[in-house]
Amino acid sequence: MAPVPPADPTPSPLSAPKRPAPKPPWWRDRRIVPWVVQAVVGLLVLLLIAFLLGNLIRNLTAAGLLLSWRWLQQPAGFDISESVIPFNAQLPYWRALAAGLVNTIRAVLVGLVGATLLGTLVGMASFSHNGLLRRLARVYVEVVRNIPLLLQLVFWYFVVFLTLPNGLAAIQLPGVVLAKSGLYIAGFGEGLRWMGPTLVNGVWQAPVRLSVEFGALLTGLIVYSGAFIAEVVRGGIAAVPKGQWEAASSLGLSWFATLRRIVLPQSLRVIVPGLNTQYISLAKNSSLAVAVGYTDLYSVAETTLNQTGRAVEVILVLLAAYLTLDLLISALMNGLNHLVQIRER
Amino acid sequence: MNSLLRRLRAELFATRTDTVLSLALITMLSLGAFGVLRWALTQAQWTVVKVNSTLFAVGRYPVEQQWRLWLLTALLVAASGATWGLLRAHPRPDRTGVLWPRNDRLAVGLLGLIALAVPWALELSLAIASRWWGLAVLLVLCRWLAGRFGPGLSPTGRRLAALVWPLLYLVGMVLISGGLGLVSVSPSEWGGLMLTLLASSFAILLCFPIGVLLALGRRSDLPLLRWGSVLYIEFIRGAPLITLLFLGQNILGFLLPGGLAPDRVWRAAWVLTFFAAAYLAEAVRSGLAAVPRGQLEAARSLGLSYPKALQHVVLPQALRVALPAMVGQFISLLQDTTLLSLIGLLELLGTARTVMANPAFLGRNGEVYLTLAVLFWGCCAALGLGSRALERRLDPHAVPSAT
Repeated sequence: MAPVPPADPTPSPLSAPKRPAPKPPWWRDRRIVPWVVQAVVGLLVLLLIAFLLGNLIRNLTAAGLLLSWRWLQQPAGFDISESVIPFNAQLPYWRALAAGLVNTIRAVLVGLVGATLLGTLVGMASFSHNGLLRRLARVYVEVVRNIPLLLQLVFWYFVVFLTLPNGLAAIQLPGVVLAKSGLYIAGFGEGLRWMGPTLVNGVWQAPVRLSVEFGALLTGLIVYSGAFIAEVVRGGIAAVPKGQWEAASSLGLSWFATLRRIVLPQSLRVIVPGLNTQYISLAKNSSLAVAVGYTDLYSVAETTLNQTGRAVEVILVLLAAYLTLDLLISALMNGLNHLVQIRER
Repeated sequence: MNSLLRRLRAELFATRTDTVLSLALITMLSLGAFGVLRWALTQAQWTVVKVNSTLFAVGRYPVEQQWRLWLLTALLVAASGATWGLLRAHPRPDRTGVLWPRNDRLAVGLLGLIALAVPWALELSLAIASRWWGLAVLLVLCRWLAGRFGPGLSPTGRRLAALVWPLLYLVGMVLISGGLGLVSVSPSEWGGLMLTLLASSFAILLCFPIGVLLALGRRSDLPLLRWGSVLYIEFIRGAPLITLLFLGQNILGFLLPGGLAPDRVWRAAWVLTFFAAAYLAEAVRSGLAAVPRGQLEAARSLGLSYPKALQHVVLPQALRVALPAMVGQFISLLQDTTLLSLIGLLELLGTARTVMANPAFLGRNGEVYLTLAVLFWGCCAALGLGSRALERRLDPHAVPSAT
């Protein structure tokens, strides 16, 4: 090692080339350290993955369950009580999973529309002039958000929908009948004739029949997600400057017209990103359908696993399906978000 | 009286539409309240809750070992009382140095009311009811002692007092599961509220460090760390919790060498932890984003190393901002523990289902689910209140010229 030259009494940056700056040790070199850190972390993660995968392959081989998709072609052997696409027990597993997926999508779509409507109404109600309505909106949100969704679902199913009366005693509203055997809704029947629910030999019949399971799932999802969406809407409306309200009402617009024509359109750019999150969690929450006996994708997958023992494949299908659903919702909402952003000139 | 009438008029009957709306709402509300009250007082049979209160509290925990849970509850109550008192003894911006502010008197009154009303409503035997009264007295006593003698405590003493909680957690684990000379009670015998609280507290405690690391990783400049964290967070957030629990129950056994896979309860607890960590990471990330970049740069230029700068400068600010979102995550984690019932564990909801499968209590769903709803609502609302109090306490703008 060369002897250190005596310190220059007046160090200046110009004299630097003459006296090379002391090289930092390698563990403090900012060009090296990040790569070392990454290499170590990467190595650890790789080792962990290799360890887990090695175990997985060894254990699966021992159990004779190595990855294979041939079982998808075998007949499912179980029935699905309500399916949009035709299905029976002789059809293969992949058809069962597809029927489950369609059922999930059906619940999610109707749930999204319902929850958005409810949430928007409640969110608007929290800006009402009417003190009672305003407080009611708060109470609804605070009550629903602090009770687990699963508990609410089983409550709707076992306490409300399964205790509905049947036959003549069923709850009859114009165009809708709520009975224990299902929900009957008016619609176009045979020959495109408008038909309401009718009682035939003590059994209700109508063009549209929804099972109580579907009804309970939808009610639970809509009431639960509605509370979260109401908060998103409330936040969005609150983000619109107060002057907008005052200007609109001084122009003679009513409360509702102000909200609909002035405030809501402006609040959309705050609301839409928040809605995205809520929609995705609604899609994921629909998997709790299994608790109320609605055969959605998760419930079919569970039955499939119990029958075939193909744990890894079933999980992969499940994860892929929900991930795709989430990405789809995200993509749609991002497109919508693009539309509602205020365009700067 | 006059002003009350005026306020009522302004809030409910200002215009004709408002009047109609208010009258309709009042009618609906009173009809609903009347219906619920009539059901609760005449039709509902609350014996299902009274008879099974022990089952709901601790599941099938062996009766002769339940003294351990009583002991643990007493320790927890004492620690909470002491913490409460110590917090009051050291005034902070959110209050003046009053030892018994109005809220605290209210809280003690409420506690007393609960301690009296719940054993009466559940028709607990005198032996058990007196234990609850003892616990209530213990809480107030510890609160008073800590408030009285807390100010005399040195800073080191205060720091040591904070260590009681992690210590208590370890003691609690030993008391619940056995070991160190106690008879071991296997996790399959845990249940009810105890399992709910155990699983959620375990997940809350462990998801916190993992979540913070993930959030730091996601904001890191190092591509490998960043992409690794993003991949993990988005993967977990893309999947419903129930599929992950399902994965934990069915695949974890394949992923680990034979015999190493934990018990079903612990598998679920670990899945909850890793699930919550991804969501917590997003909450922390929003907090980190709120800290100006100059803070880190200033800390680094003062010579603090990167970990030190994070620890002393960036994280304290970020976590304070992220606090409401984090507590929101904790609340939903507490609610998510109900999903354990779907994979056959007997937490609160799972216990409820087994109770209702008993022919003696067939069709008593309403009573049981309503009780659980009140219980969950109470726990979650309390967490939310606590979070708001903590926010006020940590608010730097409330400091009145502190030097």
